[in-house]
Amino acid sequence: MMPNQLLEMKNITKVYPNGVVANQNVQFSLAEGEIHAIVGENGAGKSTLMKMMFGMEEPSEGEIILRGKQVLLASPQDAIDHGIGMVHQHFMLVPSFTVAENMVLGMEPKKGVSINYNEAVRMTEEMSKKYNLLVNPKAKVEDLSVGMKQKVEILKALLRGAEILILDEPTAVLTPQETEELFRELTQLKQQGHTIVFISHKLKEVKAICDRITIMRAGKSEGVFWTKDVTEQEISKLMVGRDVVLRYDKEKKPYGAPILSVTDFSLADETGKALLDKVAFKVRGGEIVGIAGVEGNGQTQLVEALTGSLAVRGGNVAIKGTDIQGYDIRKIRSLGVSYIPEDRMRQGAAKDASISDNLISTQYNTKAMNNGPFLKSKKIAKLATTLIEEFRVRCSGPNQPIGMLSGGNMQKVVVARECSTAPDLLIAEQPTRGVDIGAAQFIHQKLIELRDGGSGVLLISADLNEILELSDSLLVMYEGQIVAYLEEPWAVSEEELGLYMLGINRQDEQQIRRAVEA
Amino acid sequence: MSSLFNVIFTTEFAFSVLRVTTPILFAALGALISNRAGIINIGLEGIMLVAALSGVVVSAYTGSSWVGLMGAVLAGTLISGILAFFTLHFKTHIILGGVAINMFASGGTVFILYLLSGDKGSSTSLPSKVLPSVDIPLLKDIPVLGPIFSGHNVLTYMSIIAVFVVYYMLKRTPLGLRIRSVGENPQAAQSVGVSVVKVQYTALLLSGFFAGLGGAYMSMGYLSLFTRDMTAGRGWIAIAAESMGRSTTVGTTLTSLLFGAADALANALQVLKIPAELIGTLPYVTTVIGLIVYAVSESRKRNRKLKRLEKKS
Repeated sequence: MMPNQLLEMKNITKVYPNGVVANQNVQFSLAEGEIHAIVGENGAGKSTLMKMMFGMEEPSEGEIILRGKQVLLASPQDAIDHGIGMVHQHFMLVPSFTVAENMVLGMEPKKGVSINYNEAVRMTEEMSKKYNLLVNPKAKVEDLSVGMKQKVEILKALLRGAEILILDEPTAVLTPQETEELFRELTQLKQQGHTIVFISHKLKEVKAICDRITIMRAGKSEGVFWTKDVTEQEISKLMVGRDVVLRYDKEKKPYGAPILSVTDFSLADETGKALLDKVAFKVRGGEIVGIAGVEGNGQTQLVEALTGSLAVRGGNVAIKGTDIQGYDIRKIRSLGVSYIPEDRMRQGAAKDASISDNLISTQYNTKAMNNGPFLKSKKIAKLATTLIEEFRVRCSGPNQPIGMLSGGNMQKVVVARECSTAPDLLIAEQPTRGVDIGAAQFIHQKLIELRDGGSGVLLISADLNEILELSDSLLVMYEGQIVAYLEEPWAVSEEELGLYMLGINRQDEQQIRRAVEA
Repeated sequence: MSSLFNVIFTTEFAFSVLRVTTPILFAALGALISNRAGIINIGLEGIMLVAALSGVVVSAYTGSSWVGLMGAVLAGTLISGILAFFTLHFKTHIILGGVAINMFASGGTVFILYLLSGDKGSSTSLPSKVLPSVDIPLLKDIPVLGPIFSGHNVLTYMSIIAVFVVYYMLKRTPLGLRIRSVGENPQAAQSVGVSVVKVQYTALLLSGFFAGLGGAYMSMGYLSLFTRDMTAGRGWIAIAAESMGRSTTVGTTLTSLLFGAADALANALQVLKIPAELIGTLPYVTTVIGLIVYAVSESRKRNRKLKRLEKKS
């Protein structure tokens, strides 16, 4: 069907050294002169596939065929030599350099012993004109807008002879206007014969400019489609899906008083881009409120604000009636808030410290745990032993460094710590990510126990199973806004949820307002 | 007080500022190059010391001060190469490697000195040579300027030339561009095929080269012999000068001059009735004050920037 197969990836499997299977028997083919989208949720294996295409990772199995010949891409340099360029999500630019200097770095035109800067400027101007990507060669990169930086990145790849251009979520950092401009530029590049791989999970954008779509889910390719032949609904259905359905029995009880209330909370980054837009909701005692959404739609900032790592201004967030404006992490915790962070290695645990040290890290400074400068080691040991038993942490003892435990057991320690202080509000961010099924179910049980005991739980998760089964009510976030409030999440189909998550549908204001008023 | 002015406002004092700045400037340029490549050369002090001894020994055995200079520079580059090898190849922490180099240099130079001369304090018994001083024709006859700028050791002039060379190298050459890119965003450099390790190797070797020149000056220009621990912290002062100079060539040169002036002042004030120990602390006190001024101005600048951003939003 496609006349010119430019690049083919056949039966690609990638297993990382830690045993994670990121790609499983993936097929991908790229035709000359097309814009080809790869869509999928976070963790679906899009980035891994691209890294292999750009020589940053090598496939464990499978082959890459470029122009009919099998190639080995062992480094990005290999990929560049084969005419493959990549625009990374985090720009690979030197901020203090001018545009021209960034363009020629590593391949500087010379005059005697020095750089021929005028030639570099000329080369930049030439490329800029040829591809109609307007940049000022003499401007410093640090003074440029994000959209401009992206243009420099694209030009950099083109200058190095890229015919295939991989763009990793290029619109994630752009304003709508910049996005439109990028699309015009990409269409032009396509007309000039370049082939573009466009990684995204924004279906509207994919529909707007891509010729074909490869859909990935859970490390596998779910098929290739002509963009004009599929609807956003169909794509969303293939992207968002549950593999196994877990069921939990939850006692039905009336909710208690509101513990967390967020009213019209907005937040912008330093460039003025809105991260959170009038977010409003409540978490009541005995309620698990879930927040679903594709990552990067404001959930992280919301959690950071609620837990005190991002300052809240303007009195929009109250915990048990106390306005937390200007509160630091410790003060917020002292209101009875616990937090299971998303990244247990970096935030959740101190890797080299023992299990018992990690267990008391949120309360070592209380009278219960110390006599002035000395810790009550007997009491701590007893607490640690009890918690290890209660949470069934598999370890050699409370003094074992937590870094030696498996992911699931490490997470159990974190959950044990956060639950052991009898919190009124638990904020659980991706509590079972990268955790084995057994540990995940155990953690779910603990969250339900807390809820049954009258605490409020705010659950942020990308795992649909988890969010649909555990939540008593569910919020969906898209581009910093709450776009849906669903009262019986377990009855919601994943298709319906997918439409909200990907921004295809949204409820009207009144329905969303129920999150505050109910 | 008037006697203080009598000391400072003389051509001799200005001359001596340049004289004592030379070793600091060389080492500071070395610190500059490695820092710009994102790798801080903590071993400058030790490298200077080894170079100083090597210059004395080689010149004594060959009878040529120039061959001695080459020996010193080679030794400095070599020691820096060893540091680079451990840091970049075996991934030892550069601070540990640097501290090891410094301790090794302090003890090792005395050991070798003792082996060769039978003396643990200085190399008086070695017939080492001194690099020549140069009178600059025409300039030497101009009043005031002549006595200040003429008649310096050849290495002092080389240090001034080195400033221009380093400035040009960092600003205009492919190597300079790569050094700066590696220091600022190694991933960016890597992504366009610049080898970060190779660039850092080069930077550390160059850093050792310049520190070697500084060491040679200590024993073959500033003094005419090697004495135990003769660099007396100049390698450290150089690192301070580089960071106070905000990692720019011009800034580094100016702060090196400032530290040189403090050093010269300490020397000059010894004629006054102030305890020598107190005067001896002057260069170091200047370093501390300099760093405080730098830190305060930096944090003010940051605060202003934050306020501007807040106003915007």
